[in-house]
Amino acid sequence: MDTLTIIALIVSSSLFAATPLIFTALGGVFSEKSGVVNIGLEGLMIIGAFTAIVFNLTFEASFGAATPWIALFAAMLAGGLLSLLHAVASITFRADQVVSGVAINFLALGLSLFLVKLLYDKGQTDMINTRFIKKDLPLLGDIPVIGDILFSGLAYPTFLAIAVAFLSWYVLYKTPFGLRLRAVGEHPMAADTMGINVAKMRYIAVFISGLLGGLGGAVYAQSISLDFSHATITGQGFMALAAMIFGKWHPLGAMGAAIFFGFAQSLSIVGSSIPFLETVPAVYLLIAPYVLTILALAGFIGRADAPKASGTPYVKGNR
Amino acid sequence: MSKKWTAFAVPVVSVLLGLFAGAIIMLISGNNPAAGYAALWNGAFGDLFYTGETLRQMTPYVFAGLAVAFAFRTGLFNIGVEGQLLVGWLASVWVGVAFELPKIIHLPLAILAGALAGAVWGFIPGFLKARLRVHEVIVTIMMNYTALHVTNHLIRNVISDGSDATDAIKETASLRSPFLENITDFSSLHNGIYLAAIAALIMWLMLEKTTLGYELRAVGYNQQASEYAGMSVNRNIILSMVISGAFAGIGGAMQGLGTFGNMFINSGFSGIGFDGIAVALLGGNTAIGVVLAALLFGSLKVGSLNMPLESGIPNELVEIVIALIIFFVASSYMITWLLGRFKKKEAK
Repeated sequence: MDTLTIIALIVSSSLFAATPLIFTALGGVFSEKSGVVNIGLEGLMIIGAFTAIVFNLTFEASFGAATPWIALFAAMLAGGLLSLLHAVASITFRADQVVSGVAINFLALGLSLFLVKLLYDKGQTDMINTRFIKKDLPLLGDIPVIGDILFSGLAYPTFLAIAVAFLSWYVLYKTPFGLRLRAVGEHPMAADTMGINVAKMRYIAVFISGLLGGLGGAVYAQSISLDFSHATITGQGFMALAAMIFGKWHPLGAMGAAIFFGFAQSLSIVGSSIPFLETVPAVYLLIAPYVLTILALAGFIGRADAPKASGTPYVKGNR
Repeated sequence: MSKKWTAFAVPVVSVLLGLFAGAIIMLISGNNPAAGYAALWNGAFGDLFYTGETLRQMTPYVFAGLAVAFAFRTGLFNIGVEGQLLVGWLASVWVGVAFELPKIIHLPLAILAGALAGAVWGFIPGFLKARLRVHEVIVTIMMNYTALHVTNHLIRNVISDGSDATDAIKETASLRSPFLENITDFSSLHNGIYLAAIAALIMWLMLEKTTLGYELRAVGYNQQASEYAGMSVNRNIILSMVISGAFAGIGGAMQGLGTFGNMFINSGFSGIGFDGIAVALLGGNTAIGVVLAALLFGSLKVGSLNMPLESGIPNELVEIVIALIIFFVASSYMITWLLGRFKKKEAK
């Protein structure tokens, strides 16, 4: 293989692997910026993946090529609904947010596998037929060199993910809504004093994280796993959580971190066909995202600090 | 309402609510809840074999639950039990395979290796928390995945030659007990169950009857006050994570030396560490509570395997019930509020 092909292969497979992580990490950003820790991202991805696959299998005949896209909406809705459970527990009932997130993960896996067995009478679904495929972009893909590297062999959801990342940045940092959302996560009492409804903002933020988590799971299921079983989502949600932290709770940072993790993941897969990487054991690339996140948290790669009120329920009148 | 009564009522009400919700799900999905729960009961305690399996499943749950509970008492959330359990599992099996020793030395050594590996895996997040104020939840989650990939790598490339499992441990390092197998109709119950009971006792003694335990709990209640009273908060945080990791590591040793007798490549987590969170929460982070909760979860898990056979209900129903129980325990604010309302009405 010549260098150009290798680079093009790495770029396209990195972005391919990163796309679901970007969506889910952005979901994490929304939730945590409002002060609600969301360990349940994994569960939200699971429910999204499950919904997308079931929707895809059921309605493929009626929607044809548009099925995966419509399935995304169904998955977002499912993720949103599940996240509301997390919201009720952690905002209204003042549950420990980490515990509630753990419960979300349990519930999503149990519920989706239970339903798979009820619907299909077996442990995993069939493979879907219509899915997101890698293709070369028209026009941009024809540019020599750059086109081959950046705009070839990509699936459309990747561009959607990058667009959503910029949109999230705009919403969080350039709109009154975003300012309120961040205020609620940094100093809920001050926000409350200024007339912001803390509980409402947090509910909205957690709901958005559910939408995006579901979306991430759906994209993963319809572009990478292509069916749903107990092994479909194993840790992608936690990796997205890591991307969010590594990206310092910033939408664009989270996107960058997700792409970097996607890069590490794809190297661990395609690495064996690349000359100078053959000798590196895959384990280093597999653990890279997690070790790097720990190092980032420890301050070795720039200090990463969570929103101040993250993890604490807001009780009116408490100091 | 007295505090003690609440501490007892919340878990019981949560379990009942969880089972009730499970019954509703069975009804909606067109199954008979009574038949489902009967199958669950038979699968857990129906005959001696199943009871043995339940107790065997309970063993690592006790350790995982104790690990989570121990850290909780110092105000730390150890989500990393899963990873600590994996490294403990591998370390104990490694010692079990590699050495030729008399049983009286070999078995304790293998268990100790598991405890040590778990302790090291717990030390890292403890140290980072104490020294750099890094949140232990995130670090332990990351350590889980690191443990998963590292143990898989070691099994495939270092301990064996590209195989998917280690060799079986030597008989001298095994926890298997012909006596327990005989009286439970040849289930896989092993001597680990005694160790689980001893571990629970040790945790209770350590937390309630020693200065060390007093300090650990004090740090959990109020860090500033403990610091002011002359305790080293940092030292206690690290110590708590190390001990917690050691419990988890021994839990892994129970899997390696008792249940399986080897270790194999794991594509995902065993789930015991995460279930340990549920066990600890439900048990109110006390030693006796953890044992009872471990028994409950052990019987739910083992019993659930019988549900598809006897009643045609997918065993994942139990996962849903467990998740809901966690929700209800976590939302104890809601339950105490409800119980309070209930009491007031009665008073009227």
